[in-house]
Amino acid sequence: MSEESPANRAITSLADMKEYRGMLSWITSVDHKQIGILYIVSAFVFFLVGLGLALAMRIQLMVPVSHFMSPGAYNQIFTMHGTTMVFLMAMPLLFGFSVYFVPLMIGARDMAFPRLNALGYWLYLFGALMMYFSFVAGGAPDAGWFSYAPLTEKGYSSSPGIDYWALSLLVMGAGSVATGINLIVTVLTLRAPGMTLTRTPLFIWMIFFNAFLVILSLPALNAALVMILADRQLNAHFFSPAHGGSALLWQNYFWLFGHPEVYILVLPAFGVISEVIPVFSRKVIYGYGFLAASTIAIAFLSYGVWIHHMFATGMSYVILYVFAGSSMLIAIPTGIKIFNWIATMWGGSIRFTTAMLFATAFQIQFTVGGLSGVAFAAIPIDWQLTDSYFVVAHIHYVLLGGTLFAMFAGTYYWFPKVTGRLLSEKIGKLHFWLMVLGFNGTFFGMHWLGIAGMPRRAYTYLDRPPLGTLHLISSLFAFVLALAILVFLWNVARSLLKGEVAGDNPWGGWTLEWATTSPPPVENFDRVPSVRGRRPLWDLAHKTEGGQP
Amino acid sequence: MMERNKMGMILFLLSEAVFFLLLILAYAFYHTSGELGTQAANALDVVKSALFSVALLSSSITLWQADVCLKSGGRSQARLLLAATILLGLIFLIGQGTEYAHLLREHVTISRNLFGTTFFTLTGFHGLHVAVGLALLLILLGLAVIGTSREPTSLAMEAISFYWHFVDGVWVVIFAVVYLWGYV
Ligand code: HEM
Ligand SMILES: [Cu+2]
Repeated sequence: MSEESPANRAITSLADMKEYRGMLSWITSVDHKQIGILYIVSAFVFFLVGLGLALAMRIQLMVPVSHFMSPGAYNQIFTMHGTTMVFLMAMPLLFGFSVYFVPLMIGARDMAFPRLNALGYWLYLFGALMMYFSFVAGGAPDAGWFSYAPLTEKGYSSSPGIDYWALSLLVMGAGSVATGINLIVTVLTLRAPGMTLTRTPLFIWMIFFNAFLVILSLPALNAALVMILADRQLNAHFFSPAHGGSALLWQNYFWLFGHPEVYILVLPAFGVISEVIPVFSRKVIYGYGFLAASTIAIAFLSYGVWIHHMFATGMSYVILYVFAGSSMLIAIPTGIKIFNWIATMWGGSIRFTTAMLFATAFQIQFTVGGLSGVAFAAIPIDWQLTDSYFVVAHIHYVLLGGTLFAMFAGTYYWFPKVTGRLLSEKIGKLHFWLMVLGFNGTFFGMHWLGIAGMPRRAYTYLDRPPLGTLHLISSLFAFVLALAILVFLWNVARSLLKGEVAGDNPWGGWTLEWATTSPPPVENFDRVPSVRGRRPLWDLAHKTEGGQP
Repeated sequence: MMERNKMGMILFLLSEAVFFLLLILAYAFYHTSGELGTQAANALDVVKSALFSVALLSSSITLWQADVCLKSGGRSQARLLLAATILLGLIFLIGQGTEYAHLLREHVTISRNLFGTTFFTLTGFHGLHVAVGLALLLILLGLAVIGTSREPTSLAMEAISFYWHFVDGVWVVIFAVVYLWGYV
């Protein structure tokens, strides 16, 4: 845009922002962009920690009957890995992107409740630190990321790990609900003039419904957490079968939260993909309405499928059939999305930038993860494969090959907006290919490991072919994956130091965040462009009368 | 579009509703699967609790009236009604306190059995919400006494009323499930 005020012109990197100088400005900030950056950076630090834990597991499993670590240590490590990746990495990463970009994309100056926004971040950070404090306070939690009862009862787990786990998730859960509320109210009340709900970018739709999932499913976890804390701290008996309590109640409550949670982790990724693909295909997104509406379907259905995590607990066939059916049903709206993205790419003039490469790999890998997920909805298959490495393959195809790849697409796409500097495309492509190789090499073989009978959460295994070979391959590729992350760090560092100046709109994007400078000034816009269609910047460039729908 | 503070409060209460729903379901689950019902009927003094419940429910009415007065400019009346609301809420909490004391003397504790576990967790969290509500109401009253002529804003009044009515509504459900179910 040409009519920017000259004062802003001088700002081409975060270091030029005088409002962002000094520690104090970051600690006291209520600016949604600073809080967004804090979220993203913290999440990335915890990603590195989670990756370190994963590598430790892969070293342990590299050869049969290994003595690299004790069974007890292994239990703590896989629990902390899963918990870290889900609650300390993925959720805050998604919140970071949400609070950074939602106000920008709807043409607002900030979130609806800026101070609540800061509260959400700090609750997350201190909750996360409390989780890791458990290592020095007598032992980390060791009952898996879903902490099944009665393993979590005092009698079976005497270290304070589970108490830290529950307390810290409770603290972070409160922060998540606060942020969810904030996002909903922001979208509903702060949209720029002319931006009706049906003109908001799809990213906004996804975040909007996602926020509903957050505020309606985290309380289920919180309720279960206060119950487990009552059991452990006050000798209550909710989940203790010895006193008539029910271990299955925990499972029901946890998964009533847990299944919506997996959609919480993936809907924002869908949003990112729905922004990246049209821009780099130079085409309008195909089936905007379908993409938005199928999100509603997913959000609703995600509350009606939780039993598929409990098929092996001996429930009546009627219940099993109902939930197998609903679980297969949810594949339909998800499939619709994938077809829409493919249709958008179809016949477009595609530019395979690093962002677009990640978005493309997302579609393929997420589909693989989705297919193994639908396979689990078939009850006999679930009975055969549950608690095996097939599950480990499935979750990583969805969460790593899916969500994380999408977030890397988003990172390459928006990094220039956030920092003012482009990431190197050359290093980016190296990062991408190493990551595809490392990811698929680590996890594809795990399908086979699971079919061959390798149980998950086992600290070692006997030398029975093909287990040894498959584990060795997986472990070696895990290091390729780690290398890819190092390459990414190098790319970020290089670009912050001497990256190419990005300019306002390096990719020719159409949504409002590209209408302001990079990085955006404190209150985002000098003048919010009037919105007359779904692609305000396109309308502006072409001066169409009346705009598009 | 609705004002943003009220909207935020409503969303928060939606979230709280799920939280209470699950605590209530836990109570109901053990009620149907064990001896909980008769224990509840034996241990609890329904008549006394009903009286304290009336206090809590009437506090919703006084708060509603306080809001009405504030909007029509009757500040001193609003102040009185706010104070009455707080008093009624306090009476409810005292009632709950005496009930707990009685149960503890009878050795009905959270660790005694599943009735204690579910009962104390559910009513305890409700009581905590009442206490938080009282703190909020006290702030409103403080503003009404020493604040400027525009304080408390009717927005703050309304948002906090939403919360208070919600906590009352939850109590109606808890009362029905915990105190009355034992008799059916
Ligand atoms: C970056 C490379 C990663 C590697 C090498 C890796 C490796 C592993 C391995 C080997 C396990 C199985 C442990 C066992 O069952 O014995 C595991 C479990 C798990 N991983 Fe990862 N992982 C990675 C990234 C991620 C990411 C990005 C996420 C989520 C966003 C994630 C979420 C989980 C979860 C939820 C579990 C289950 C933990 C449990 O059983 O309680 N992982 N991971
Ligand atoms: Cu699920």
